[in-house]
Amino acid sequence: MAEGSYPEDLLYHPEHDWARIDPDDPRIATLGITWYAQDALGEVVFFDPPSPGTAVTKDQPYAEVESVKAVSDVVAPFSGEIVEVNEALVDDPGAINEDPYGEGWLVKVRISDPSERDALLDADAYSATLG
Amino acid sequence: MRRTPLYERHVAAGAKLVEFGGWEMPVEYPTGVRAEHMAVRQGCGVFDVSHMGQIETVGPQALALLQRLLSNDVSKIPVGGAQYSVLCDERGGVLDDLFTYQVDPDRFLTVTNASNHERDLEWFRSRARSEGFTAQVRDRIGDYAMIAVQGPLAREVVQAISDTPLPARMTAGKRRLSGIDVLACGTGYTGEDGVELLLDPADAPALWDELCHRGAVPAGLAARDTLRLEACFHLYGNDLTMERNPIEAGLGWCCGEDTGFIGSDAVRAARAAGPREALVAFKLEGPGIPRQGNRVVEGGVVTSGTLSPSLGVGIGLAYVPPQLTAVGTRLQIDVRGKIRSAIVERKPLYGKGT
Repeated sequence: MAEGSYPEDLLYHPEHDWARIDPDDPRIATLGITWYAQDALGEVVFFDPPSPGTAVTKDQPYAEVESVKAVSDVVAPFSGEIVEVNEALVDDPGAINEDPYGEGWLVKVRISDPSERDALLDADAYSATLG
Repeated sequence: MRRTPLYERHVAAGAKLVEFGGWEMPVEYPTGVRAEHMAVRQGCGVFDVSHMGQIETVGPQALALLQRLLSNDVSKIPVGGAQYSVLCDERGGVLDDLFTYQVDPDRFLTVTNASNHERDLEWFRSRARSEGFTAQVRDRIGDYAMIAVQGPLAREVVQAISDTPLPARMTAGKRRLSGIDVLACGTGYTGEDGVELLLDPADAPALWDELCHRGAVPAGLAARDTLRLEACFHLYGNDLTMERNPIEAGLGWCCGEDTGFIGSDAVRAARAAGPREALVAFKLEGPGIPRQGNRVVEGGVVTSGTLSPSLGVGIGLAYVPPQLTAVGTRLQIDVRGKIRSAIVERKPLYGKGT
C-alpha cells in the first residue's frame, strides 16, 4: 500500500502495533505492526515467530521483525498467551510490508485482561500521533 | 547535520535519510536495499559519498610526512597512483583506514571516513608541526563532492561521457565528464569494478543527473554496507577501532613497519607475537541475521553482520581466537539469545570465484 492506511475496525498501540478482536470470540485478538512501522523499517527480510504458549505482556516486546539494516521490537497491545502464529511469514516475510493488516498478521493471542483495550487508540487517535 | 550538494536529489527521489558521521545521508531509496545492492552486482549503481573527507598534503616533505603517518609504503605510489593504508596511534591502534592518491609530484590527496575526518586532520597537522615537516596539510573537504559509480557496467556508463580513457584500477587522474572536471579514481568499496569521482560540489547535481539518466541506479548507505560486507571490506567503527591493531584486523598487508610510521613498533611486535584475536568472515548455516555485538559462544564477538542479498543468508565478520580462524571452523553465534550455527569462510564472501 502506497499511502498510510489505518483501518477503522482495529485498535492501535502507540508503539505502532495493531490488534483485531476476533468478531466470534472477544477473548482472541490478532496482532501485527502498522503501515507506519513497516514503512519505517523498510523491506522485512526475517521474522522468527515466537512459539504458541508463550506469554505476552502489554507494552512489552514479544517478537522482532528484521530488515537488512535493523532489528525492530514488536510490542504487545494486550497481555495474554500466544495461541497461533503466522508460519507463512517465515518464507514470505515481505507480506508484512505488502499487507500489514491482512496476510502480514503476526500472532493470535488469548487476552487475559480485556480492560486493557481502554489504553489503546482508535484509528483517528493513532493517526494523530504520527504527526 | 551537514548536507551534501546532492541532498535535494535524495529528497526528490524519496530516499529515507539518516544521520551518519554528522551528515544527513540517504540510507535507501524507494527501490529498497536489496534491489539497490543487486543493481550494483549486476549493472551499475551510483552512490553519493560526499560525506567523506579529503586532506591534501603538499610540499617538499609531503612524502616524508605521509610515510610517518600512513602504515603503507607511500614511496610506492607513483604520480597517478592510489594506495590503501591505515592510520595508527603510538600503540598501533587504528585511527582510520584511508585511500591516498598522488595527484602531482609532492601533492597527495587522502580520503578519510566522515566520522574521523576532523580527528585525522588534527592528527596530520599536529604531527607535521611537532615533527617539523616542510609540508602543508590542507582540509579539502569543502572543495570536493564525491560520487561512486560501481558495478560491471559502471566503467561503460562513465566512459560514455569521458572523451579520454578512464584511469585503470588503483590509479587516478583528471578527466572531463560531460564537460565537468573530475578527479577519477579506479577505486571502490563494493567488490565490483568502477570509479570514484571527486569534483567541485557545484557540479555534483549535474553529473549525478547525467549518470542516472544513463542508467546508474541510486544506491544508499544500506546497500553500501551489504556490498562491502560481502566483499569483506572493513568498516571503521565496526571492524576497525582504536582498540584493534592492523595485524588482528587482517591488514598486515598494508603495513610496512620499515617506513617507521607512528605505531610501527607496536605493529611489528604484534606481527611477531601473532594476534590474540583475528578477524574472520562467516556465513550462517541456517536462518537468522548476525549483528554487530553478537557474542561468539566459542570466544570473540561479531563486529559486522547483515543478511547478504547476493547469498540469501546471514553473513558477518567477527574477531575470534586464533585457533578458530581456519576456513571451515564451525562457530555458534548468540543472536539476542538464539544460538545460530555459522561456518568460517574464505574472504571475500562474494566475489570472483564464489
